[in-house]
Amino acid sequence: MSARPIPPSSPLTEPYWEAARRGELSLQRCEGCDVRIFPPRAHCPECGGDALRWAPVSGRGTLYSYTVAHRPPHPAFADQLPLVVAIVELEEGPRMVTNLVDCDPSELEVGGAVVARFETIDDSDVALPVFSPSGGRSPSAPS
Amino acid sequence: MSLRGAAAVVGVAERSPSRYTGDETNLDLLSGVAGEALADAGVDRAEVDGLLVHPIGGLPGFIPATVAEFVGLKPRFAEIVDLGGATGAGMVWRAAAAIAAGMCHTCLCLTGTRRRRREPRSGSAGGAGAKNDRRPRSTGPGRDRSPHAEFDAPYGLIGANVGYALLATRYAHEYDLRPEQRAKVAVDQRRNANANPSAIFHDQPLTVDDVLASDVICEPLHMLEIVMPAAGAAALVVTAADRVPDAAQRPAWLLGAGESVTHSSLAQAPAIGETGIGRAARGAFASAGVGAGDIGLASLYDCYTIMVLLTLEEAGFCKPGEAGAFVESHDLTYSGDFPLNTHGGQLSFGQPGMAGGMSHVTEAVRQIQGRGGTRQVEDLELAYAHGNGGIIAEQVGLVFGAAP
Repeated sequence: MSARPIPPSSPLTEPYWEAARRGELSLQRCEGCDVRIFPPRAHCPECGGDALRWAPVSGRGTLYSYTVAHRPPHPAFADQLPLVVAIVELEEGPRMVTNLVDCDPSELEVGGAVVARFETIDDSDVALPVFSPSGGRSPSAPS
Repeated sequence: MSLRGAAAVVGVAERSPSRYTGDETNLDLLSGVAGEALADAGVDRAEVDGLLVHPIGGLPGFIPATVAEFVGLKPRFAEIVDLGGATGAGMVWRAAAAIAAGMCHTCLCLTGTRRRRREPRSGSAGGAGAKNDRRPRSTGPGRDRSPHAEFDAPYGLIGANVGYALLATRYAHEYDLRPEQRAKVAVDQRRNANANPSAIFHDQPLTVDDVLASDVICEPLHMLEIVMPAAGAAALVVTAADRVPDAAQRPAWLLGAGESVTHSSLAQAPAIGETGIGRAARGAFASAGVGAGDIGLASLYDCYTIMVLLTLEEAGFCKPGEAGAFVESHDLTYSGDFPLNTHGGQLSFGQPGMAGGMSHVTEAVRQIQGRGGTRQVEDLELAYAHGNGGIIAEQVGLVFGAAP
């Protein structure tokens, strides 16, 4: 991958990126109300509790929306066109912004099943969670 | 408590958008339109005791104080409004609320953004130089440490094109929407711009085929469905009901207002059908005591064609999923059966930074005042102005009327 922006992690979000380096997608879960939380933070947005524990998620989800960018949203992406930017809804609930890789953009479908993988950003030790179509349509696909 | 009848807009000033500004600073732009709006209202500078401004590039803080000194004001109410494209609309009800609460009597609302030829666009600025400089400056060490910089920007969700394209894809998944229906919005608004000499695309006719033949920037959005960044400034004078009769212009009364802020990252946005657009609009209509069907002019934030379609249905001008058919079956021009963005909308007027969102308010005010010129909507009694910030993140709805 090219010189895309490096995520400015903090001590609080570092476990997310540590997990990604291991090839794992990990999210916080609130022990008070059991809600899965993304992006990471210190307090649960549902109940305000601070007992948030990191736990791996499946890495499976559905394509909530996507766009194929034919112009770079920033010069850093100039050599990655066409760039597929997407929102994925994880099996466990939360939605996240991502890229779809190893796919034919013309065959993408909202609601299609996707699975996480990890790509290293150039000149960094950051493993970025991205997604690829996993074939078929998830039974929990949003309609 | 409702704001209805507490305050009215009595003065307007607006620079015609231009691609670039010269040597003027942002403060110069703001002080220029401040003076023009006061002259328009027939209000003396010393009378102004309220000031609303927005975050200004190049000023790290103390912004209301800096603007107040520069413009020559000593307000007893001074505040910053930071709602992206909804900032201008958000200022108007805050001014009226401050007036209703007795915290000021006459409030200036100032918006404006310069744009210099060599200056990279703010927020997504990159520059030539060392390899690391190719990365967005906003995400460099010690700069932007927001969740956006950490979890959205690394994927290219930078600027607004990608976000609104994601919104358009999702909308088309939930409902039927054809590209020709999106294009119709841009085409009718261009006809309005052709009656507005201040519009950046004045006198440049546009067809549906032109829109669909323009480059696809982010699927499904074409170049001509996307606003053109510009420079400009706009100011409003909002004053208390007891001062209105002595103003130089007819008033545009603020009858109702609603606001909603729901998310920062588009991934965390409410689902289509439940966005803040509807919450803000329902708040505005309820506080004004009117319905969407009573509105004679819709002045809806239009950074992209899809935004107009979404706002039409979420604000209640048509049913969910029917916005495409609605725009096809209505004439959206100033002389049509559903006047929409009679100044051309930002798609044809231009998007002069923070003054772009304000243009929907200035147009609603001018039309209510009867100062629409050749594009005046006949027999207009009620106008609705809608502001939208971020990627459908911040919403403000305003209802204006010719009578309190």
